[in-house]
Amino acid sequence: MTTPTSSPSLLKPSRPVGFIGYGAYVPRYRLPAREVARVWTGGRVAGLPVKEKAVPGFDEDVITMSIEAAKNALARAGISPTELRAVWIGSESHPYAVKPSSTVVAEAIGASANIQAGDWEFACKAGTEAIVAAMGFVGSKMADYALVIGMDTAQGKPGDALEYTAAAGGAAYIIGPAENALVIINASYSYVTDTPDFWRREYQKYPEHGVRFTGEPAYFHHITTSAKTLMETLGVTAKDYKWAVFHQPNTKFPQRAAQMLGFTPEQIAPGLLVPVIGNTYSGSSILGLTAILDIAQPGDRILLASFGSGAGSDAFDLTVTDRITERQGKALKTQDYIARRTEIDYAIYARMRGIITMK
Amino acid sequence: MTDIIIAGIGQTDVGEHWDIGLRELAFTAIEAALQDAGGLKPQAMYVGNMLAPNLSHQSHLGALLADFAGLTGIEAATLEAAGASGGAALRQGYLAVKSGLVDVALVVGVEKMTDQVGAGVEEALATAADSDFESVQGLTPSAQAALLMQRYMFEYNVPANGFAGFALTAHANGAGNPHAMFRKAIKPETYQKAEPITPPLNMFDAAPNADGAAALVLTRRDLLPADWPASRPLVKVAASANASDTLALHDRKDPLFFEAVYLATRRAIKQAGITLDQIDFLEYHDAFSIYAALSLESGGFAIRGAGWKMAAEGRISLTSNLPCVTMGGLKARGFAGGATGVYQAVEATTQLRGLAGACQVKDARVGMIQSLGGPASTAVVHILTRL
Amino acid sequence: MEIPRHWRLKQQRYALMGEVCPHCDAKIFPPRDVCPECKSEAKTPYAFSGRGEVYSYTTIYEAPSGYDANAPYTVALVKLNEGPMITAQLTDVDAAEVQIGMPVEMVTRKMRDDGDERGMIVYGYKFRPAVAA
Repeated sequence: MTTPTSSPSLLKPSRPVGFIGYGAYVPRYRLPAREVARVWTGGRVAGLPVKEKAVPGFDEDVITMSIEAAKNALARAGISPTELRAVWIGSESHPYAVKPSSTVVAEAIGASANIQAGDWEFACKAGTEAIVAAMGFVGSKMADYALVIGMDTAQGKPGDALEYTAAAGGAAYIIGPAENALVIINASYSYVTDTPDFWRREYQKYPEHGVRFTGEPAYFHHITTSAKTLMETLGVTAKDYKWAVFHQPNTKFPQRAAQMLGFTPEQIAPGLLVPVIGNTYSGSSILGLTAILDIAQPGDRILLASFGSGAGSDAFDLTVTDRITERQGKALKTQDYIARRTEIDYAIYARMRGIITMK
Repeated sequence: MTDIIIAGIGQTDVGEHWDIGLRELAFTAIEAALQDAGGLKPQAMYVGNMLAPNLSHQSHLGALLADFAGLTGIEAATLEAAGASGGAALRQGYLAVKSGLVDVALVVGVEKMTDQVGAGVEEALATAADSDFESVQGLTPSAQAALLMQRYMFEYNVPANGFAGFALTAHANGAGNPHAMFRKAIKPETYQKAEPITPPLNMFDAAPNADGAAALVLTRRDLLPADWPASRPLVKVAASANASDTLALHDRKDPLFFEAVYLATRRAIKQAGITLDQIDFLEYHDAFSIYAALSLESGGFAIRGAGWKMAAEGRISLTSNLPCVTMGGLKARGFAGGATGVYQAVEATTQLRGLAGACQVKDARVGMIQSLGGPASTAVVHILTRL
Repeated sequence: MEIPRHWRLKQQRYALMGEVCPHCDAKIFPPRDVCPECKSEAKTPYAFSGRGEVYSYTTIYEAPSGYDANAPYTVALVKLNEGPMITAQLTDVDAAEVQIGMPVEMVTRKMRDDGDERGMIVYGYKFRPAVAA
């Protein structure tokens, strides 16, 4: 395991940037974890990693969900979609292996043709990877507005431990100049190594994971390293933050990461969504952030640390501005989506997820 | 003005003819019609068909059927107007002979609904709707009818089973038609217990898809064969009209009014120089019971919202003032697609000749037939009279 | 592969892009370049809000080929707030909840594959019960 040997510089663009809009999307269907247990473990409900997870409907995918999240972000940003110069979507479940999700989304939301629009992939941190790139894109004055989305309809192998949690949902952010921002991105730092904790080979339907190897050497090492490096270089500790949100593969991991970094359960509570919607993969940490922003006050300082298997973590130091108060209500809130809930059983789930062999 | 006479008629049974293809089916009807016409030789053939290119991968039916009927060399073409294809072909034959440019026209309607099975058939039927804005949403013809029936029942407070009269009448009449697919009357309980298909439609609110071919020979009165028996009633085409409405149901100004039926009916009665009450029987296009109700209302036979009551109260039976679907209609005869309009003309001619047997309307002298494409996006109306 | 036909219609399918008549202000969907109300030329683009109400509805159990993925599904005639009526599937709603007059809003969803699982994905408008923001 490599650790930084000297103090790396934090990523700060030439001109300050921030989020000028944000939006969430979670589909309405919920599969209780006890249903998965009923089918695969004879109903063993002790130690289930979440209560339930969000499942996309028959007619939903990363493209359709991104369109809605993007529209929510545009509503809060109050800019015209034609002002966007990038539409970047990070996901592990892009509907096409070749043909960017972003082109359809850009067209659907009314963006112009003057844009960047490639797909991004870095397991669960594909969205935050694109946020860092957008910071550079906007911060260098190449462009004023970039739309970044982290969204997934994660594939869970039937009967596998991850089937309880592999969920659908995500969030969209518009990055723009700090003077218009609802949230200023003070700095970011990314920590990346070649760590094979979770992957999916081409042409395979489901990912493989390293079971206990996904913990200490992967999730915890990267998230704590990125967050600690960021905080130490900035000269702050957990007490300097109002809120924190981490990548949420299950309930226990982000709770433990928070504890390791000195954050209290209250600080992570509003952003901890995994117990009721599952792990939305590329959407996870940034969807948690939208839930925090829905209730944030001007001046709140927030730490966000994502994690993507493979592996890496992006950490961000954020400050909420006073522009947030009038924008929160301009689109559906994350808790509104969470409350919109239709329970399904494993049979309907199997049909919806296409795991019943039809041909 | 010279009279255009239906000199000969022919038809096959309507049913699932697994063992008979398009050309053989059509030829059976053509042969019968030509024989019935006493040796008249057609110069032109007009084909009514809606789905052969889709279901049988066979277009170009004019050439095919002329060839198979031993009539190569004559003029031949297909008319397509979805379910009104047969009516449109009949009109084309009428126009050709009326213009004086064709002496004898053969009109044949043929459909092979069973040449495909499964979801491909629904997909093919849906091509009659607006492909870009209706069918792309997974809409089917029965869904279109269901949307209208749902709204109609909402606006006029029609009770559950309010539309039963249409199926009951059709089946009662079909019992007397040897060519019909269904030849047994049904009880009200059968309708009430019927399986819902596309709510609020149940199985008896929709005509069943079937195969069939019907044909007729049109000519001018002065061209009838010399040995035409004086006792054989002459049936003429007294009026012919074709009107269109918006293709998509959602584009209608007033979805519960079939404007095309209204226009074509007006034009037809004006041409024939009659009034509605002079019509002795009406063959409406009951692809769906709601279309029957709306046709009665839009044609002027019932006030808005009361069409269903005519059927419910027995005022369309063979002994009523306005017998409808006298030989079973689409519901009991079976829906043979583009052949329907020609079947209607063949049956109306049979009525007017006094040869309808158990289905006979007493003293039938004036009959109206209505052929619809989709929810009356096309309406072709003919009036046939006995000379 | 019916790529060109679907590609041509993406503005209508993704964004309910229609026209407004510069003469009589009638809103037109889908675009047809001639106003159905006053019959004069109408080519000015107009983006509908996506809000409307259910005029009528039904549920399809026997789907045409390509649509069986989410059968049974409900289709409706939706009267858009701006005037025109369109045909659309309803989504995110149980068939039993649907009522004439129900307020609905447009969402972009998967309509079907073009052909099979190797073909392009056709996206388009559907409507769901309006959710107050």
